[in-house]
Amino acid sequence: MSARPLVAVRRVSKSFGTFKALNDVSLDVRPGEVMCLIGASGSGKTTLLRCVNQLTRIDAGGIWVDGELLGMRESGGRLHALSEREVARQRLKTGMVFQRFNLFPHKTALENVTEGPVHVQGRRPAEVRDEAMALLARVGLAAKAGNYPSQLSGGQQQRVAIARALAMKPQLMLFDEPTSALDPELVGEVLAVMRELARSGMTMMVVTHELGFAREVADTVVYMDQGAIVEAGTPAEVLGGPREARTRSFLSAVIG
Amino acid sequence: MSSGRALAEGFPDLTGLPTARRTHWGRWIAAGLILVVLALIGRAFAQGQIEWAYVGRFLTVPVILRGIVNTLVMAVLAMSLGIVLGLVVAVMRLSPNPVLKGVAAGYTWLFRGTPLILQLLLWFNLALVFPVIGIPGLWSAKSVEVMTPFLAALLGLGINQGAYTSEVMRAGLLSVDAGQYEAAQAIGMGRLKALYRIILPQAMRVVLPPLGNEFIGMVKATSLASVIQYPEVLHAAENIYYANSRVIELLIVAGLWYLLVVSILTPLQMLLERRFSRGTARITK
Repeated sequence: MSARPLVAVRRVSKSFGTFKALNDVSLDVRPGEVMCLIGASGSGKTTLLRCVNQLTRIDAGGIWVDGELLGMRESGGRLHALSEREVARQRLKTGMVFQRFNLFPHKTALENVTEGPVHVQGRRPAEVRDEAMALLARVGLAAKAGNYPSQLSGGQQQRVAIARALAMKPQLMLFDEPTSALDPELVGEVLAVMRELARSGMTMMVVTHELGFAREVADTVVYMDQGAIVEAGTPAEVLGGPREARTRSFLSAVIG
Repeated sequence: MSSGRALAEGFPDLTGLPTARRTHWGRWIAAGLILVVLALIGRAFAQGQIEWAYVGRFLTVPVILRGIVNTLVMAVLAMSLGIVLGLVVAVMRLSPNPVLKGVAAGYTWLFRGTPLILQLLLWFNLALVFPVIGIPGLWSAKSVEVMTPFLAALLGLGINQGAYTSEVMRAGLLSVDAGQYEAAQAIGMGRLKALYRIILPQAMRVVLPPLGNEFIGMVKATSLASVIQYPEVLHAAENIYYANSRVIELLIVAGLWYLLVVSILTPLQMLLERRFSRGTARITK
């Protein structure tokens, strides 16, 4: 591997009580790479994503984004937790899209998108507004800028959520099952936006059950089971001709 | 039907038939009885020993007007103190820090567990415990001079209110989906900014109706401060009837003022609620 990875996960473990959600996981995400994480629920893929955005704190190991160790500082041979402010600053490098959208219901689509740039980054509202309108146009929702989330369909809400994450100009986009809470007929519009984003060169980690999307868009597919990576490779390798029996049985269960 | 299947016989077409109204005898009888009782009560008061002319004369005398102004000032200030304390305590209660959590729970327990009038008397008589108060080496004063009826009432009412408001605030904060806090974090917000910009505005929607209730309670609770000589409207009314013995008339004067204030507060609360229900389905039709 030549270029420095944008995300480097090394020997990361995480337990919730006695449940081992992540068990000694290591992986790299290169700049511009689209990685799809697949696996049954409880396999640890969402936990891994949340650890990369520090919504979940890891128990052991380390995660580096853009060369910077997340959540900790090493000094004198010991690890020290970073302050909340430093963690918030590190999060600016990653944008996150949630399964349940989590738009701010008391703000319009436009206000959802401008909230971070104006009130976190302290940028000028007028200039942010133009950028936000451009982002809403990019996800096909320029006409809905003044609507509240409750006035939008699930697919539209998720597209606003993508625009909200992009407004922070992240280097990395994390998607946590972005289409799982959608009605079937709305899945396509969200995947189309993600496909366009992938083509534009954005580095993406996508937890998904959409194997068609993974096959078409992903550079790398990672299959996880019981908190560990079972198999990783190109879509053709992992989805086309899986080496592991567990991958094969998962795929046959999903495809049916 | 467009399917072309034949419909079964024996189910006639009811469209266009008028619907007859049923007579609700029970409702008429109940309404009649209630009106009779109300008329009897009204007659009793009309014939009772109340000089209504006194009510009219004292309704707007300066002492009473000053009293109602003092009532409102105290209600607003004590409620403000209660809201600030309540919010801080609610946030402390939800923090992972066991000390903060314990202190918050203890505060609610202590001030909700003792009568308000007792707390007012304790604050007013603080000088018996601490004759001199101050910051060692910087400033000190005699408690009797510092703890005026105004300050004792403000502390007594406000701190007591904070204990109740903290529970209202806690319910409001808990009502906001945890995903909202995560979304705020994901765009780089810290704890306080997320609380202020994302969580609280949504909690307000849940918090306002009970808070309006609490404020109306506070307006009336200020009357308890009359026992520590705070010159609110009930205290003013009492002072007048000590002099002229028109006890009932002056109590009615005070009562009318409370009713007027509370009647004005209700529509104000509705305006506030509308302000904070932006984006919810019920308002945006």
